Amino acid sequence: MFRFIIRRVLISIPMLVLASFLCFALTTAMGDPLGEWKLQKPRSPGEIAAAEEAVGSNKPFLERYGNWAVHFAEGDWGKEVVPGDTGLDVKPTVLKAVGITARLVIASEIIALLLGMAVGVIGAVRQYSAFDYTATGIAFTMFSMPLFCVALVIKSLGINVNDWLEKVGLGRWLTTAGPPGEGFNGSLGHQIYQYTGAFILPTICLVSIQFALYSRFQRASMLDVLNADYVRTAQAKGISQARVVFRHAYRNALIPIATVSALNFGSLVGGAVITETVFGWQGMGKLLVDSINHLEPYMVLGFMMTTAVFIIAFNLIADILYAFLDPRIRLD
Amino acid sequence: MTATNGSDPLLAVRDLSVDFGTEDGVVHAVRNVSFSLDAGEVLGVVGESGSGKSVSSMAIMGLLPKTAEVTGSIRFRGEELVGLSFREMRPFRGNGISMIFQDPMTSLNPVFTVGWQLAEAYRAHHEVSKRVALAKAVDILELVGIPQPDRRAAQYPHEFSGGMRQRAMIAMSIINDPDVIIADEPTTALDVTVQAQILETLLRIRSETGAAIIIITHDLGVVAGMVDRVQVMYGGTVVESGTVDDVFETPRMPYTVGLLGSMPNPELLGKRLTPITGAPPSLMNLPNGCTFNPRCPLVAAECHESEPELSATGQEAHLTRCHRWIELTQVPDPRTLFTHTEIGADEDPDQSAQQHQAVGSNQTVADAEENPVA
Amino acid sequence: MTDAIISVVNPVSETPGGSQFDSESARKQWQVVLRRFLRHRAAVAGSALFALLVLFAFLGGYVWKYDYHQVQLGRYLPPSGEHPFGTGHLGEDMLAQIIRGTQFSLQIAVIVAVAATAIGVVLGAIAGYLRGWVDSLVGRAIDLVLVLPPFVIAAALTRSTFLLEATKAGSQASNWLLVAIYISLISWMSIARTVRGMVLSLREKEFVEAARALGGSTLRIVFRHILPNTVDVIIVNATLTIAQAVLLEAALSFVGLGVQPPDSSLGLLINQNKNDLTLHPWLFVIPFVFIVAISLSVNFIGDGLRDAFDPRQKRVRA
Repeated sequence: MFRFIIRRVLISIPMLVLASFLCFALTTAMGDPLGEWKLQKPRSPGEIAAAEEAVGSNKPFLERYGNWAVHFAEGDWGKEVVPGDTGLDVKPTVLKAVGITARLVIASEIIALLLGMAVGVIGAVRQYSAFDYTATGIAFTMFSMPLFCVALVIKSLGINVNDWLEKVGLGRWLTTAGPPGEGFNGSLGHQIYQYTGAFILPTICLVSIQFALYSRFQRASMLDVLNADYVRTAQAKGISQARVVFRHAYRNALIPIATVSALNFGSLVGGAVITETVFGWQGMGKLLVDSINHLEPYMVLGFMMTTAVFIIAFNLIADILYAFLDPRIRLD
Repeated sequence: MTATNGSDPLLAVRDLSVDFGTEDGVVHAVRNVSFSLDAGEVLGVVGESGSGKSVSSMAIMGLLPKTAEVTGSIRFRGEELVGLSFREMRPFRGNGISMIFQDPMTSLNPVFTVGWQLAEAYRAHHEVSKRVALAKAVDILELVGIPQPDRRAAQYPHEFSGGMRQRAMIAMSIINDPDVIIADEPTTALDVTVQAQILETLLRIRSETGAAIIIITHDLGVVAGMVDRVQVMYGGTVVESGTVDDVFETPRMPYTVGLLGSMPNPELLGKRLTPITGAPPSLMNLPNGCTFNPRCPLVAAECHESEPELSATGQEAHLTRCHRWIELTQVPDPRTLFTHTEIGADEDPDQSAQQHQAVGSNQTVADAEENPVA
Repeated sequence: MTDAIISVVNPVSETPGGSQFDSESARKQWQVVLRRFLRHRAAVAGSALFALLVLFAFLGGYVWKYDYHQVQLGRYLPPSGEHPFGTGHLGEDMLAQIIRGTQFSLQIAVIVAVAATAIGVVLGAIAGYLRGWVDSLVGRAIDLVLVLPPFVIAAALTRSTFLLEATKAGSQASNWLLVAIYISLISWMSIARTVRGMVLSLREKEFVEAARALGGSTLRIVFRHILPNTVDVIIVNATLTIAQAVLLEAALSFVGLGVQPPDSSLGLLINQNKNDLTLHPWLFVIPFVFIVAISLSVNFIGDGLRDAFDPRQKRVRA
């Protein structure tokens, strides 16, 4: 088991390198960062040459890649280079944004998972009951919905709730626009109030769709397991049905969903991007969209690499989790 | 071994019927099955897929889904099992009556160790600590012939071979010292060499613990070597039953004849196999009268009118469900009833024609020879 | 409470299906599938809805009096008999816009499904059948593409000029096809994995050995023997890809990284009016409803197909 983990970790490293190459290729393909600037007004060749030198876009692709990669590994992630942008340092900006997004994503994932598992199991065990049909209907509707629409709806609902809260004298609790202040001040109670007020709406958005996915998935895998031969054997032993369902069936149904949820992280980040755009957060979402629009290579790279690291890490977690839960694949 | 009242059978099944309501109609999976089982007896239940053999045993265990309608009576040691809820059946399952399933590859839970699963079976019916149950599990593994049982108990099912897995299943079924063991095709998924070992293990268990065994199979070879009595099922009901010698040597139902003739058998060296033409009936749309009539070489008008009753045949405890069993006894080589000609392969066209003529009409073969229809 | 949940449970076993022994005329496979599909009410409803949407999108333009070009018809008019979907910020008739937007959204989604399925099936089949280094390569490629969230990759791609020039498929005049291509490039992975898994197990079956013994070439074996057995799963997957593609494209267009004018799409429509949504809710609600309608109907169809090909009932071994 230990060797299994070590092997997976070792494979992750070349994966990361390849990923960095892919990211660099994508970013380069995005376009010339100086493109906009060149078009603004006629520039002399000297100016252009100087600007290209500064940005480094006059060098061949591989050299640029190497340059960047080495610096990146050392911790220098570069700056904003497009003339006219604020010249922000990439690393602190990205890391700060990541911190904000990470909190949202992790909280949403956990809630969505717990809810999804519960609903999925109940739906499978009570197949075709009213609960099952309702849960299925809701799940279908939710994951047919585009996230940004859900976000927009929740945002406007949030504004309405705030209006009502204000009318009853409780003040505007929910934050519907703007970054969640890192400056949560005041007493612990007040901080919790602010924190939840800020996070609750985007979390609801993400959870609503992820939960739908997980509940369907869990239901399907639970149904598969409930039809398995070993469940019949367990019943034949004379143990209680509760034990059959939770100990025998669920323990097996847990395996696919545990791994899927770890691997789903990527789509969760994508979802966070959208949600943050709608709610005006200064998280990775806004950062990404802005940087892409401005063609800021190093910012986009910083973002992509951070995401890649997270995803590779979660893939690793998924593999380990799978081996832990399923003895059949703990080979060698 | 629990002592039973001298004359009462251990397990008495009377008119057991199981219906399933499906989208396409009602499936009569089991129809009026009756049999009994005494302590220490080995009963073989034989039939093709669709004959109702598995469903009837699942009914005894109370493991049928809610869509199943079970009627009739199943009495185990005098207690009525039909109509009991899932929870009410729990004290019996795995305890008084236990079951061994067909496919050992999938019948064990892959995420728990074998020892754990056995211990669970024990603790389901005995108030003991986990340690004691695990020790008992190791003992039982040894009893079924698994080497190094303590090491094996800590292993997962995928680390066992097919034969060992089936032994572990047997262990699980006997750990609570049951009175009745139902083995549903226990050897079908195994290699031939392993089959023999498994059957031998089962017999050893029987002699050591005195349990009664119902062995369900489609393999007559298994039956011949092992059982005391045999019960042939077709179309959801019992069509013949008796001691294994009686049924095999003097079958009283054409289906049994067909079954015996269609299995490869060293005694038939050099002779043709005679499979039964046609397919088993749909359990939703059973034929009128005897369910075997579309495929029976001995079929006559009365076979289409009414389904025969299970009736005595002169030999002790040998029952058959056939209108024409008397005619069957008069056929010298019943296997030949099922020969059918292949194109260009008929060795003796005259004799075949005569035979087919004879059995097609209500004559006996003797009559036909006297009055040949040209 | 556990008792309440558990006590109603079916002790699960197999239920018999009569169709195995259907001694009536043997029905063809697809007829059985069709019959099962038609029994699935949601799937039938979904099919009807989808058909309506298609008709609406592609024939609506010919029927409706206003054209999508027309502007200055009266800004921000709420829905009425004259303009059932109201008008937008340029005074354009929203019904005409929605018709056009739906058209593009559907086009993109279907192309994505077809392309992603084609790529995924080919790569998955090759990887599963040939195994070895080919399999590893494809596996690594899948992992690599999955390293970044699909949304991120698509977003980056849509700005890329290099593909633009390489394919000449896009120009400033029309970019919807490009968007479709980009989305396809990130949608093939799950189909590839699924097909790979199935081919891996199917190749061990006896009929493949038989085909090989009869001298079948690799290509023939894969395409004529193995893949037909995977068609069910592929169809279901492709259908569900349509739904995912619609949502992804809408999201991209909404943030401005998807379809660009002069092309249109439902997501783009919301984007174009995004500052007016609270004051003029119909500009949001109606495109939203259409997006959900497409996605939901397709999801139902996919679910119905999945059940039709492989219902959960198993046969009892009687």
